[in-house]
Amino acid sequence: LYLSSKSNMAFTLYSLIQAVILCVNAVAVLHEERFLSKIGWGVDQSIGGFGDEPGIKVQLMNLVRSVRTVMRVPLIAVNSVCIVLLLLFG
Amino acid sequence: MIVPPVHSHPKPRARAGPHTGDPLLFADTSSAAPPMNNQGYYTPGYNIGGAPVGGPEDAGVNNLFADPMASAAMMYGSSLANQGKDIVNKEISRYVSVNKLKYFFAVDSKYVMKKLLLLVFPYTHQDWEVRYHRDTPLTPRHDVNAPDLYIPSMAFITYILLAGMALGIQKRFSPEVLGLCASTALVWVVIEVLVMLLCLYILSVHSDLSIFDLFAYSGYKYVGMIFTVLGGLLFGSDGYFVALTWSSCALMFFIVRSLKMKILSSFSHNSMGAGATAKSRLRLYITVASAAFQPIIIYWLTSHLVR
Repeated sequence: LYLSSKSNMAFTLYSLIQAVILCVNAVAVLHEERFLSKIGWGVDQSIGGFGDEPGIKVQLMNLVRSVRTVMRVPLIAVNSVCIVLLLLFG
Repeated sequence: MIVPPVHSHPKPRARAGPHTGDPLLFADTSSAAPPMNNQGYYTPGYNIGGAPVGGPEDAGVNNLFADPMASAAMMYGSSLANQGKDIVNKEISRYVSVNKLKYFFAVDSKYVMKKLLLLVFPYTHQDWEVRYHRDTPLTPRHDVNAPDLYIPSMAFITYILLAGMALGIQKRFSPEVLGLCASTALVWVVIEVLVMLLCLYILSVHSDLSIFDLFAYSGYKYVGMIFTVLGGLLFGSDGYFVALTWSSCALMFFIVRSLKMKILSSFSHNSMGAGATAKSRLRLYITVASAAFQPIIIYWLTSHLVR
């Protein structure tokens, strides 16, 4: 087919959505006690930095924590929909 | 036939653009701007498609109005359509602030010409500051440095058309390839905007770059892509590489100068101690990386068209 003759990766919006869902799932499964605290990325270790320049590590930890908090429930719904669709349509 | 504004086809005018009877979604720029037929960004098929629809329906209007039931039904239908339009507007304005979006489309043809010239040859431009007017940024109509979304969206559509033409010249055209090309280009811009947002958040850069600004600055690469593809089509493989290097350099210069104002200067009022230099170095890396990404993506998205 003509699609295989193109040298670049053929992105569609669907593959972007898949990639985003997978990445958000990956961030959401990082467990607070068992993993993040062990490597020094826990919630209690990010409170130290006051002042207006929090630093990269603190920002990343905040990002991970906020993604886990906000996306927990929507991810359940989105994952269920994806599972059903993939089972039905392959 | 009175067409309710919710599903209005563009009437056959010289400028197949904003429907002036719809003040909520479009700024009223159509009276100020002359028809821009020489830009080549609009697909003229829009006009042709709208014209024949109006003809056969005119004959039936007079007969309909004689019947009171039909006219009552028509008024009910139009009020329903107005309600639907209000609901749609409310839902849209919940996710996308329409006023902010209107700012990016408030352009005129003088601005477009100057901006296109700036994108192709930015080396002589002196003043890159975005001018303000009592705390709000000036609209693109008054300030050539302001980002806009008109040029990126039109350039995107032109790029898709050019890609179709280039593939057709090489006899590799099929309608699915066109859609694939369009979504690939769009996905790369979305990826770049997301990565920029992530970097700006992680480095805690408190600039006034909104998500629409980032879409605008990322979308300016479509102009470079059009220039490159045109060079490749007109002058063959050598012309392609010359146009590629020219537009890459121009675009890199443009991006670095524009983003330098926004990203690097936002920390100058609280720089203190040794931490400032590490931060400012990272911000410089972000700006330069964002600029260096442009030629890569231009090459990636246009090389298959000019082989």
